[in-house]
Amino acid sequence: MLSIKNLHVKADNKTILRGINLEVKAGEVHAIMGPNASGKSTLAQVLAGRDSFEVTQGSVRYQGKDLISMAPEERAREGLFLAFQYPVEIPGVNNVYLLKAALNAIRKHRGQAELDAVEFLGVVKEKMSLLQINEDLLNRAVNEGFSGGEKKRNEIFQALVLEPKLAILDETDSGLDIDALKIVAEGVNSLRSDDRAILLVTHYQRLLNYVIPDYVHVLSDGQIVKSGDRDLSLELEKRGYDWVKQEVANA
Amino acid sequence: MSTQSKEVEALVKKLYQHGFYTDVETDTVPPGLNEGIIRLISKKKNEPEWLLEWRLNAFRHWLTMTEPNWAHVHHPPIDYQGISYYSAPKSDKALPKSLDEVDPKLLETYEKLGIPLREQEMLAGVAVDAVFDSVSVATTFKEKLADAGVIFCPFSEAVQDHPELVKQYLGSVVPPNDNFFAALNSAVFTDGSFCYIPKGIRCPLELSTYFRINAANTGQFERTLIIADAGSYVSYLEGCTAPMRDENQLHAAVVELIALGRAEIKYSTVQNWYPGDEHGKGGIYNFVTKRGECRGNNSKISWTQIETGSAITWKYPGCVLTGDNSVGEFYSVAVTNNYQQADTGSKMIHIGKNTRSTIISKGIAAGRGQNAYRGLVKVLESADGARNYTQCDSLLMGDRCGAHTFPYMEVKNSSAQIEHEASTSKIGEDQLFYCTQRGISEEDAVNMIVNGFCKKVFKTLPMEFAVEAQKLLGVSLEGAIG
Repeated sequence: MLSIKNLHVKADNKTILRGINLEVKAGEVHAIMGPNASGKSTLAQVLAGRDSFEVTQGSVRYQGKDLISMAPEERAREGLFLAFQYPVEIPGVNNVYLLKAALNAIRKHRGQAELDAVEFLGVVKEKMSLLQINEDLLNRAVNEGFSGGEKKRNEIFQALVLEPKLAILDETDSGLDIDALKIVAEGVNSLRSDDRAILLVTHYQRLLNYVIPDYVHVLSDGQIVKSGDRDLSLELEKRGYDWVKQEVANA
Repeated sequence: MSTQSKEVEALVKKLYQHGFYTDVETDTVPPGLNEGIIRLISKKKNEPEWLLEWRLNAFRHWLTMTEPNWAHVHHPPIDYQGISYYSAPKSDKALPKSLDEVDPKLLETYEKLGIPLREQEMLAGVAVDAVFDSVSVATTFKEKLADAGVIFCPFSEAVQDHPELVKQYLGSVVPPNDNFFAALNSAVFTDGSFCYIPKGIRCPLELSTYFRINAANTGQFERTLIIADAGSYVSYLEGCTAPMRDENQLHAAVVELIALGRAEIKYSTVQNWYPGDEHGKGGIYNFVTKRGECRGNNSKISWTQIETGSAITWKYPGCVLTGDNSVGEFYSVAVTNNYQQADTGSKMIHIGKNTRSTIISKGIAAGRGQNAYRGLVKVLESADGARNYTQCDSLLMGDRCGAHTFPYMEVKNSSAQIEHEASTSKIGEDQLFYCTQRGISEEDAVNMIVNGFCKKVFKTLPMEFAVEAQKLLGVSLEGAIG
């Protein structure tokens, strides 16, 4: 599904990612962990097509295609979804209107008929209850006046409606209280399927108590320095990130 | 400039759609302005003596005035002697009595503009008065309106058929010596729309006027007068277009609204005069005086304007709130792109007790466009309990445009409550990325964001016009789901 080879990325003339290698197959859940400023969010945004970053070396193939040459909307229509760490407010634009436009753009790309308002509401209703999204939130302007928890729930809700092939969740757990965390985790778990891959970018392992990853990678200073399974995240929880850095330094 | 803002600019660059010219035989007076020309116009229109005197007085006053230079706009001096002050499609009859008598070429023009007058005849809903250069060519639905007692006709016809109403109200809100352009209009105005809604009548149709400047080197000076008698209601729509030309053309209109006790007037404009090309060549100078007076108690006047065209826009639709408890509203979206300049806003004059006014202004600047909000809120000593709320927001696209805000307040009554909010934002790359990451094309994303920005104003437009307004902005209106 996703094959990252030797990826180097610069922003404002500063190298942030220095040789990332990662293989993600359909059905897998990968957690990308790491200390602050290790390049986790950069990786998420580069994959989604943010143009403030420059890929200087390496390649990313997504479903057999060169991802880097694709525009952000093409990536989205091909099934790549990014749940933003800081979802932006768009005043005056109805939340549900944006989502309908997004879903129809994706459906059109797939050669499916666009949904009308009634059909769309049918799709949406069922996902709403799972994430405890109420109607009021749907009809407000995108992210405007949303609490931190509402923003994150809304991101996962969008993922559920858009049914991506590859969902990248950037710090979706940050700023959530325990109840909201559980709701979001349930949403993420319901995204899991054999033909879908999930990349969880997170600083803490607490989301991983609810969403059990198949693989855990530690990103440090722009490189993946250690990979393992779920136990690695538990160890990180106990011992912090310093020992991994130490291990790398000693190697 | 970042690549993204260049893309945004490319997206907002749309070619002008109404730039065609209709080849009809016209009766055009030679350029120049003097008492002789004014007498000629008045004679062509078979006007009574008092109106000619009124025009001449305005002209004599105009000669003593100088062109205002306080607006945040720049243009070369206007040669008032180089303009022809009257141009009319030639026709054997003085005024067409039905659409069958209207030159088919004119009807074709209006069809190109998306106003098929013939279809209008069949479809109930909107009555249209169409003004082509200096004369009104067709008014639809006259009979249906007449049944309700509503008078809706070309101004020149009102002068003939309802001289007492014209004489009573003309110039009573915008006096001939009000300002330079109003004085010029008063001297040379050629046609326009007249509307009278009798007591207690809710006008059964939306009334609409389409203005079209066609001939070269002419100015358009129309005069609109709307009187809503006690307890009546009318919604009035105005649309404007012009051919593409390299020279600038002057449009100096005057609109006067009078709302008597408990009457309500809703006046909506979609102004799409030719804005000039992308290098700033050509385009209409739109110097317009629009003012309404809430003359009776509990009356209401609401202005909504969508300003997308014109090289220069200079207009401040306002309300004089004379009646106690009267309400004035102003909702505006002004777009400036390329080299367009807009200096627009509103004036709210509070005279009566407990008068309320609201000003919502949304300015969008792209390219090298300059967009200024200028507003005056004046509360007189007599206006106990007056309240005003003003909100002006600016949206910038790219980094070569400008937005400016000039609010003026004069408050002479300490019980008044005045609120003013202003904001300026840029179409954020974060917002665009968020939308495109969801699969929405960049063009649709820009439209969506702009449309969201203007939502408060669009909501006040009548449905048919909201559709037109959004088309003009190149945006798709949000379907309200749920």
